[in-house]
Amino acid sequence: MLIGHQPKDFLLAVEGLTVSFDGFKAVNDLSFYVEENEIRVIIGPNGAGKTTVLDLICGKTKATSGSVQFRGTELTKLKENQIVQAGVGRKFQTPSVYEDLTVFENLEICYPRGRSVFGSLMFKRDAAVKERVEEVAEMIFLKDRLNMYADVLSHGQKQWLEIGMLLIQDPDLLMLDEPVAGMSVSERIKTAELLNTIIKNRSVLVIEHDMKFVEDIAHKVTVLHQGQILSEGTMEKVQNDPKVIEVYLGH
Amino acid sequence: MINSRFFNRSELIGFLSLLLLLAVILPLFLDVFRLNLVAKYLTYAFVAIGLVMCWGYGGILSLGQGVFFGLGGYCMAMFLKLEASSVENTKIQSTPGIPDFMDWNQITSLPMFWKPFHSLPLTIIAILVVPTLLAFIIGAAMFKRRVGGVYFAIITQAIAAIATILIIGQQGYTGGINGMTDLRTLNGWDIRTDHAKVILYFFEVFVLFACIIAAQFIRLTKLGRILVAMREQEDRVRFSGYSVANFKIFAFCAAAMFAAIGGAMFTLQIGFMSPSFVGIVPSIEMVIYTAVGGRMSIFGAVYGTLLVNYAKTMLSESFPELWLFGLGGLFIAVVLFFPNGLSGIWRDHVARHVDRLFAMRSSASRKAWASKSVADGAPAE
Repeated sequence: MLIGHQPKDFLLAVEGLTVSFDGFKAVNDLSFYVEENEIRVIIGPNGAGKTTVLDLICGKTKATSGSVQFRGTELTKLKENQIVQAGVGRKFQTPSVYEDLTVFENLEICYPRGRSVFGSLMFKRDAAVKERVEEVAEMIFLKDRLNMYADVLSHGQKQWLEIGMLLIQDPDLLMLDEPVAGMSVSERIKTAELLNTIIKNRSVLVIEHDMKFVEDIAHKVTVLHQGQILSEGTMEKVQNDPKVIEVYLGH
Repeated sequence: MINSRFFNRSELIGFLSLLLLLAVILPLFLDVFRLNLVAKYLTYAFVAIGLVMCWGYGGILSLGQGVFFGLGGYCMAMFLKLEASSVENTKIQSTPGIPDFMDWNQITSLPMFWKPFHSLPLTIIAILVVPTLLAFIIGAAMFKRRVGGVYFAIITQAIAAIATILIIGQQGYTGGINGMTDLRTLNGWDIRTDHAKVILYFFEVFVLFACIIAAQFIRLTKLGRILVAMREQEDRVRFSGYSVANFKIFAFCAAAMFAAIGGAMFTLQIGFMSPSFVGIVPSIEMVIYTAVGGRMSIFGAVYGTLLVNYAKTMLSESFPELWLFGLGGLFIAVVLFFPNGLSGIWRDHVARHVDRLFAMRSSASRKAWASKSVADGAPAE
């Protein structure tokens, strides 16, 4: 609304987004745009409001003011599950998988069908579901662990499982919060490879600290500092921005 | 009817042994008085099965199941009371043809909400719908606002207290603290005879197994798995695209409906209904039955209900004042020492030996067995 000539082809348009917790503005008048098939990485020092931005987009936190438009739909007015159904998927920082269910069941729950109460009561585990679950399991290196309970998986495997759970949702916008944090070097390489396959044909919003990883995948980088954009552009441009070096990369 | 996919082996053992116990052993060895006691215990098993779904799987602790039990029971009692209050039976009253407690309270015509209970089909519908509707209203009001956990438990407890006060206060419409007594016939069939009690017992066992199968069916659908997922990671379920509130409402309504069926059975078996089965204490007792049996196990809950109630009868026959201490101690012991209840003990200590027994017997056809145990571990379809 602030910008009259907003082009139609933005997948996600965040405008004037503000959230205040008891007067503290964790995100302050933030605006940015993500295009179709763009991979955007958000970086910034601790407490810059990176995770809060993802929380605001996926509806976990309610915005104080501002708008989040996804393909022309206003997300700030929708409930979390409606936002998911609109096509936004979110991976959390700590792996959150259903530990009391098997890997198969974890993936199956995220299969985008039968999401109402009676839909889930009538849900049939048919060939299409099994095929898709196995296909995704193959991609996330867990094909031989489909019948294991998720609580016996290692930290890295849980991260992969959660990525798989997002993948099976087939979102148009994928939001990943530190996908390689806490992983071993070999797991990190595998994850980067996995992310490179799943980010095709969709837009991705990633929070990451690992600069090597950012450089590998990012089309565009947004640097947040104290809830506001400090710098935005290609990795090269951002890395050479003196303001960014001072508050973040210099450390 | 029952295939190995619907029940896995240990569940099948649980199902068959319960069927054997309830349908053959107990009726053979108990006199009608004791069998009627078992029938009374079993009415609470309906509530316990509902709690397994709602609390065990869905993680929603309700301390107000007595309300739904009572509503079901009162609906049944209203029908039986109307039948017992025919004009001939009540001609000494100043207004014949209405229940005696109404006459005592100077009510001169049957209230509107009593009228549908002249009809048995409408009564059965009311038993199933009224408590479920109340659960839906409570659930929608709480879960849509994301009230959960301890707060929800406290609110359900408050509702149990309110329901008791309401029933006692509205004596002219509900029979007050005495409840509805002197129930005699069901469509002309005397429910007080020994013969009727035995038939009602078998009918109850039949309905109980229908409820067990319904609960097992729900557990095996994707909805059942979403309930389990929700218990641990409520937020994550939202971000898998599900409305958590709607699923909680469903679980709570289903538990209420099971409880109501139990309540209606109670009225039929015992021949009266009173507010003492509605309030906070009975509601908490029902949670204890479930906890003792194992809140994750449908069969465990039935066994737990039977055992605790049996203990209650034995203890309160000899030491009436000690029972409540025993119950409290039992609950503490369950929480501290065996949080998964009887079914947890069974699974950890007995099931292993049973498995070994099965393995030994089929050692000749070891190959076939190996492929079957793989099938057992595979996700049910």
